[in-house]
Amino acid sequence: MENVLSYGFMQRALLAGLFIALACAILGVFLVLRRDAMIGHGLAHITFGGVALGLFLEIKPLLMALTVVVLCSLIILKLREKAGMYEDTAIGIFSSAGMAVGIILATLSGKLNVDLFSYLFGSILAIEKFEVGIAITLALTVIIIVATFYQEFLYQTFDTESARTSGIRVGLLDGILAVLTSVTIVIGMKVVGILLVAALIVIPSAAGLQLANSFKQAMVLSSIVSMSSVITGLFVAYYWDLPASGTIILLSFLVFLIFGGIRLIKKTTSIE
Amino acid sequence: MDLSVNKRPPLVSVNNVSFSYGATKVLDRVTFSISAGDFLAIIGPNGSGKTTLLKIILGILQPEKGSVKLLGENIKVFKQWGNIGYVPQKATNIDSFFPVSVREVVAMGLLSQKKFPRFIRKKDEGAIDRALEQVNLKDFKNRRIGELSGGQQQRVFIARAIVNRPLILFLDEPTTGVDAETQEKFYSMLGRLNLAEKITIVIITHDLGIVNKRVNKVACLNQRLVFHGTHDDFCNSSVVQELLRGEYHLVCHRH
Repeated sequence: MENVLSYGFMQRALLAGLFIALACAILGVFLVLRRDAMIGHGLAHITFGGVALGLFLEIKPLLMALTVVVLCSLIILKLREKAGMYEDTAIGIFSSAGMAVGIILATLSGKLNVDLFSYLFGSILAIEKFEVGIAITLALTVIIIVATFYQEFLYQTFDTESARTSGIRVGLLDGILAVLTSVTIVIGMKVVGILLVAALIVIPSAAGLQLANSFKQAMVLSSIVSMSSVITGLFVAYYWDLPASGTIILLSFLVFLIFGGIRLIKKTTSIE
Repeated sequence: MDLSVNKRPPLVSVNNVSFSYGATKVLDRVTFSISAGDFLAIIGPNGSGKTTLLKIILGILQPEKGSVKLLGENIKVFKQWGNIGYVPQKATNIDSFFPVSVREVVAMGLLSQKKFPRFIRKKDEGAIDRALEQVNLKDFKNRRIGELSGGQQQRVFIARAIVNRPLILFLDEPTTGVDAETQEKFYSMLGRLNLAEKITIVIITHDLGIVNKRVNKVACLNQRLVFHGTHDDFCNSSVVQELLRGEYHLVCHRH
């Protein structure tokens, strides 16, 4: 069997994939417990609009998507806070508008082609060196910020109202989480693509939450599920000639089913 | 009407506060104060603005008109959160799926007195243990909160609210969904916190049993402040009796 690890593309894919998976899992636990899981899906759709705008204006698509998605996530947050709009409504509006802009611009620029398809379905095996650097920087930023504000994030996620009466600046935390999620989604699209990046946030976290007894345990379990899905997914995809994105997500879904089954058995046993 | 005879500055001053949800007026020019040492029950019919008033006092909602001072400081610029304990109305409706231990929940209450970065350290364990002892839950420290009964969960939230040794403790209908025996133990614990720990207590309640047994002040809301005074005056107030007929069972004799 040839040693795939000797290939530069595989090394880059593994490195970037692992760090992005880690960032996704950590943020995912907060988002799932805040019942904000769909924000990832919404922001991914907006990413499509951002990428298409970048391709249309011939500005780096990643940079353009990053700007558009961060801006939109903060607008969604303000619409919920200030205008009292339901968050899923705001997400629904902006994600559809993002997709619509993307489709129109891609058609106008004549770039509804391989370029855009690689963004839609991911191209982790074609990831470049500087993108690996971005992925590592992003993951370290997420870890440092979450570690610094860990207690505040936990309190706010568990009981926002009481957190406010303890002097926690919940608005600021919401903003930080929105920006971190946006950046993670945009960078994560390189691994599994726009269509599946939200799953990388939701599924490993939901799997970890099935078996965790404490918050820290939930983060560790989710990170293990996420990272092992990326590693296994990359190898399975390489040897069986399957698309990496779909394989990674399906593997994490499989772990979710197994963990869910274990939880169900534990619950049934404890009732008996 | 403020019958407080305490000469010290009040811990809470509510001054001419009004609030509406859209076109529906919920609070209309409410003025009253809460003194140190009070055990005050805020009562009133459903929709009378009790929870809204508490949220305005705590700065969660902004009043349309009027102002609130907490510990002598305008609530808009209030910083002394370490002196405040709060048990919200939905405390017993927590998500049983949420992976958080009793210890982690109580530790949250310590954050209000910490400066950036707010980390829970080894030396904080003593305060967490003390708070859990006060609510008789020390053995449950490492249990997941979702595994506890409604009454036990409620006590965890009290522990979280008192872990800082606050000057004033606010509780919003804390015994909703809790059985009668647990309620009695719960109120007895509040009485002990008020008398032994000198914590001023403000409780929104539908249970006038507590008014009868524990509190020394009563405020009755019905958009406006209908009554604010001592327990004895409350029992003799015909306005209150008329307003609460049907919703509350009034028993006005001390045991």
